[in-house]
Amino acid sequence: MSNIAIGNGGAIVYPPGTSDAEIEAAALRAAIRHGRLVIFWRLAILALLLGTWEVFARYGIIDSFFYSYPSAIADRLYELVMEGTDEAPLYYHLYVTMEEAMIGFLFGSVFGILFGVALGRNRMMSDVLSVYIKVLNAIPRVVLAPIFILLFGFGLWSKVALSFVMVFFVVFSNAFQGVREADRAMIANAQILGASKWALTRSVIIPSAMSWIFASLHISFGFAIVGAIVGEFIGSRYGIGFIIQTARGVHDTAEMYAAIVIIVVVVLGAEWVMTRIEERLARWRPPAMNDTNG
Amino acid sequence: MGLADVTDTSPAIELINVNRRFLSPDGKSFATLSDFNISVARGEFVALVGPTGCGKSTTLNLITGLGKPSSGEVRVMGQPVNGIDPRIGFVFQADALFPWRTVIDNVVAGPLFRGRSREDAYAAGRDWLARVGLAKFENHYPHQLSGGMRKRVALAQTFINGPEILLMDEPFSALDAQTRVLMHEELLRLWSQTKAAVVFVTHDLEEAIALADKVYVLTARPATVKAVHTIDIPRPRVLSDLRYQPEFIEMSRRIWQDLKEEVKFGADASEAA
Repeated sequence: MSNIAIGNGGAIVYPPGTSDAEIEAAALRAAIRHGRLVIFWRLAILALLLGTWEVFARYGIIDSFFYSYPSAIADRLYELVMEGTDEAPLYYHLYVTMEEAMIGFLFGSVFGILFGVALGRNRMMSDVLSVYIKVLNAIPRVVLAPIFILLFGFGLWSKVALSFVMVFFVVFSNAFQGVREADRAMIANAQILGASKWALTRSVIIPSAMSWIFASLHISFGFAIVGAIVGEFIGSRYGIGFIIQTARGVHDTAEMYAAIVIIVVVVLGAEWVMTRIEERLARWRPPAMNDTNG
Repeated sequence: MGLADVTDTSPAIELINVNRRFLSPDGKSFATLSDFNISVARGEFVALVGPTGCGKSTTLNLITGLGKPSSGEVRVMGQPVNGIDPRIGFVFQADALFPWRTVIDNVVAGPLFRGRSREDAYAAGRDWLARVGLAKFENHYPHQLSGGMRKRVALAQTFINGPEILLMDEPFSALDAQTRVLMHEELLRLWSQTKAAVVFVTHDLEEAIALADKVYVLTARPATVKAVHTIDIPRPRVLSDLRYQPEFIEMSRRIWQDLKEEVKFGADASEAA
């Protein structure tokens, strides 16, 4: 029985007398086939893009001085990983950038959550302070970079400060919104069951704002890296941003792209870790809502 | 809050000439309750029926202390309402369970909020889950249960606090008809063990008659009490057959006469709005 299922405009029709086991086996086969097809097309598109890029650059259709090409980038990436730069090995640059971004991310998200929850819970405070937050939020974050360099110097803390402001407002506004969206019946229920104000915040408001907060953490980790790297552009001695900046100085486009690849890998890795953590914390949620990684 | 012994004979709930006004978003004041009077004796089961949006839920909010009357007096156990009274339990229309907590953690929420020891709370929680027939589901999350099972959890969550007053705001309106009858029986069984005073808000007239000792018919907004009907069907009631008995049908017809005009009036008003 190799071909039980008969396609019928999306729905699958089985001939009468097909057993459950056969239907399940057919469904499993279809799922595997679908998964393989997805992977095939992903790889095909990647190969097509990289191949076109390579060929175009080699035959001079695009200027390889500006656009470089994949094999040159791969070579440079290999050199970077194995030998690093003149100043330091790659892992040290990566460590510096990650340290800046992680500290900024940590403080930015903690303060974002604290302020978001506090203002979300306190009408008076949010009415008074909202105007200031709007004003601060209207400042494009990167214009602060030179100021932070002046204030905190070329070292760690100027980049941390920039990462912090990149992260803070995103997390803050999501935490605030999450608190405001907390279900009224649920709040009333907790109050009548006997929850004090603090117990209400801790065991109802914060958990129900958690999916909002997590959504913002996903985005803002990328922002934390942006903050660190922009800070490094302006002035630094180490870091991925520093590598890109020096490569630009000597017109080494391959190295610039190689540094970008490194950052992409790091951000994807962090994203993956964060998704795992979220899945653990959100076991209570119906699986349908979680099932986006399929 | 010292509950004086002298008040022991006072009604469980009294609303005396209560008015409640709200502000609409454009700043206009409008009344939802006007000269509202109601008295619920201890252990009495009262149902409030009335047209949609007439102020039934407002009434319950005033009793819990979550809302305050604009004028008039609300008394619980003979004393004016001041904040949320711990003797009150509330079952909501919407799903008000905490979705991130397991069934047992939902049930013990009240006792833990009220400072009982964990050991104590969980023992009581398991006992109540067994009483609503969900002992096997204590580690499930709410989304894994059916609507009827979630309502049972909500009942356990409320009854575990031993409320002397039980307020219910259309608790079963989201359930299908068969499940609803099962929940009615469940509720009457649990209630008969506690003898709390109940105020049950519904717009299902049959539900009101099947459950209550007294049915209050409210007018369209602003709500006042239009009529009070005493339901003298003896307890314990067998609900599955009740609604086909001639006296039940006769009673429904009589109360519907009162309700019908208000429903029509309320519908016209809300369409005009």
